Amino acid sequence: MSEVIVITSGKGGVGKTTTTANLGVGLAMRDKRVVLVDTDTGLRNLDLLLGLENRIMYDLIDVTEGRVPYKKALVRHKKYETLFLLPTSQVKDKSAVNPEQLVKLCDELRKEFDYILIDCPAGIEQGFQTAIAGADCAIVVTMPEISAVRDADKIIGELNRADKDSIKLIVNRIRPQMVEKGDMLDMDDINDILSIDCIGQVPDDEKVVTSTNRGEPVIAMNDSLAGQAYRNIVGRICGEKIPFMDFPKDTFFTRLKRVFGIQ
Amino acid sequence: MLEALMKIFGKEKKSSREIARNRLKVVLVHDRASISPEVLDNMKDEIIKVVSKYVVINKNDMEISLANDDDSVALVANIPVSRMKHG
Repeated sequence: MSEVIVITSGKGGVGKTTTTANLGVGLAMRDKRVVLVDTDTGLRNLDLLLGLENRIMYDLIDVTEGRVPYKKALVRHKKYETLFLLPTSQVKDKSAVNPEQLVKLCDELRKEFDYILIDCPAGIEQGFQTAIAGADCAIVVTMPEISAVRDADKIIGELNRADKDSIKLIVNRIRPQMVEKGDMLDMDDINDILSIDCIGQVPDDEKVVTSTNRGEPVIAMNDSLAGQAYRNIVGRICGEKIPFMDFPKDTFFTRLKRVFGIQ
Repeated sequence: MLEALMKIFGKEKKSSREIARNRLKVVLVHDRASISPEVLDNMKDEIIKVVSKYVVINKNDMEISLANDDDSVALVANIPVSRMKHG
């Protein structure tokens, strides 16, 4: 049984594409056959995060307009053989694909893949409606910041209106030390406010930046807290029961270590 | 100085986390009910018109808002009555 999951958020910059890249790599590390579909037409980035930007020949628009079969547009990942990217166009705009075309494409992809992850554009306009059209379930990414939570609530409303009832939440870029000081919302606060099941909480981690620089998603880094958080989410997507991780407490020693630059 | 003392004794003012939580709860009630402040004002005016037919009310102290009760949204109106209109 294959599953089409759309990764969405409403607000831009909360980590939709980073999440898509990490979950894709994580599922492929478990030998699942995965395709990542970038629907952020005009502002494509998923290729960069996966380090595949130099391998693109055709794109989503070529496929939906019938110029090439989808298999020709797929880019296989260098390292993870069961992971594929269907990039979008950097020159066209969001109106170039309509919901019906994406539903049709998803149905074709279901025959070949275990997981089809759709990276949704920010906003609630046509690009969003197209991205969610073929999805069985949605992962809403948000951040512990009032504007991101408000937009997540709006997106959840839109998903409900489109009869997408299977919705999970990822709270990204949590800063445990700020939460501890009472200066940041935590996962439970957001859970309580949005009333949506959480599938993961990801700490703010500098390694996300360095791994993005390299085009190698952080989930493959064993010493990264964010990587561990993503691995847990992948496990939960696969149906495993994994408790939510405790973030390291800010103690005198961790502060001291920070002062001396030891992580 | 006083603030520092309050901090020491744990009587700090509300944390920004708590403020964020409360502000979000309020704004989401409005978002979910999808009523804009203009619509709320219009409704208020019409309620005043109807109620004024029967009682004399103090328009300035009247409050009308949306309140969140668990998962439901309630329209709460507080209308101070000056006196009844008879006949």
